[in-house]
Amino acid sequence: MDQYINTPITEEVTARLKSGDYVFITGTVYVARDAAHKRMAEALNRNEELPIAVKDATIYYMGPSPAREGRPIGSAGPTTSGRMDKYTPALLDLGLKAMIGKGRRSKEVIDAIVRNKAVYFAAVGGAGALLSKCIVKSELVCYEDLGAEAILKTEVKNFPAIVVIDRDGNSLYDKAADNYRLPSLIHP
Amino acid sequence: MIRSINTSLVTAQIKKMCMEANYYLSEDMNFAFKWAAEQEQSKLGKRILGQLNENLKIADKEQIPICQDTGMAVIFMEIGQDVHFEGQNLEDAINEGVRQGYTEGYLRKSIVGDPILRENTKDNTPAVIHYSVVAGDQVKITVAPKGFGSENMSRIFMLKPADGIEGVKNAVITAVSDAGPNACPPMVVGVGIGGDFEKAAILAKKALTRAANERSPIPYVRELEQELLERINLLGIGPGGLGGTVTALSVNINTYATHIAGLPVAVNICCHVNRHIECIL
Repeated sequence: MDQYINTPITEEVTARLKSGDYVFITGTVYVARDAAHKRMAEALNRNEELPIAVKDATIYYMGPSPAREGRPIGSAGPTTSGRMDKYTPALLDLGLKAMIGKGRRSKEVIDAIVRNKAVYFAAVGGAGALLSKCIVKSELVCYEDLGAEAILKTEVKNFPAIVVIDRDGNSLYDKAADNYRLPSLIHP
Repeated sequence: MIRSINTSLVTAQIKKMCMEANYYLSEDMNFAFKWAAEQEQSKLGKRILGQLNENLKIADKEQIPICQDTGMAVIFMEIGQDVHFEGQNLEDAINEGVRQGYTEGYLRKSIVGDPILRENTKDNTPAVIHYSVVAGDQVKITVAPKGFGSENMSRIFMLKPADGIEGVKNAVITAVSDAGPNACPPMVVGVGIGGDFEKAAILAKKALTRAANERSPIPYVRELEQELLERINLLGIGPGGLGGTVTALSVNINTYATHIAGLPVAVNICCHVNRHIECIL
């Protein structure tokens, strides 16, 4: 079912999101990928504060291409989430509520999603030009030296995504393929 | 007769090709997308394909990269043996074209200068360049910017001769199945069979630059391409990995001689954009 939701994505919001729902997200979304996650993990190890307010926050795993004149951002599609798995449970335990990316997550991440009543969305991989149109504002937060991997704070409007892992731990990736799969072909 | 080509021409062509490959879908992939829209049975899968088509229109019209991962520039240089390059060192001229294309074309700089130290080079150089010397006095340049969501899911299998064609099929199905939603399906699957360890990988990469609607000239390979495409599309992964009947758009296989003791199989997976563009100087 289609749902229109606003950030911050709180426990009340995740309570009504089910694996397979199609959502349109509006509000503040942070952008961070590999190198930024590594730096945030290092900051936590040194007992320093994170550069973003992580409580009920949404992180989009993305590294945009440069913006043309007059545009807030360049091409802006999701990157593969699995590379962030190592760093994600700690952020979820600090209050992170939603992630947008693409691809499978580890068992540790799924457990942390369930434990913290969070949610994992997929955006469509390779739809960077289309998704850039749903980002109305973008500003640098920190780690400018990382180039395309710097942390950004963006405002999104009706950003299309699909609930892949809901707060009960149901994963659309596990179930969706079954309807179209010939069982004998799985891992020959 | 030796023909002279100034390397400034190489730079200019590569600059243009890096930009065009990232904004515009190639003709063969456009054909593959239309085929996918007709084949897909899943409602969500159709919706995803619709988004991807819309994305292509926006990218084309506004010159926004189709995907934000504008890739590592992979370049095949097929150089006629009667060509003499004048001007800059050829490799520098190629990298200068990449530098200009990625900087002036608003393309993402995704390259780190060292795999462990990981400092961004800020201009997307260096490229990965494959040279070959061929007959004639022309130069064929193929630019294939490669995204790493799909590159990371690529595999090499050093099979035994006894594994035979069934072993090859299992290797390809395993790689695609493991790649699943991570590789931005519907994918294009490049397969290299034979050669040695690195030759198989280069064959697979080169296979991705072949038109998606062009089949191998070798009869058994052509049948294998067709059979694997059908089997992959029965895996159910579907567009975006969210379930469906179109998981791959094409399977392109290249083969080469190999050793009596070996059967190398490389599977290079590419996303649905499968950027590739070529020119002849």
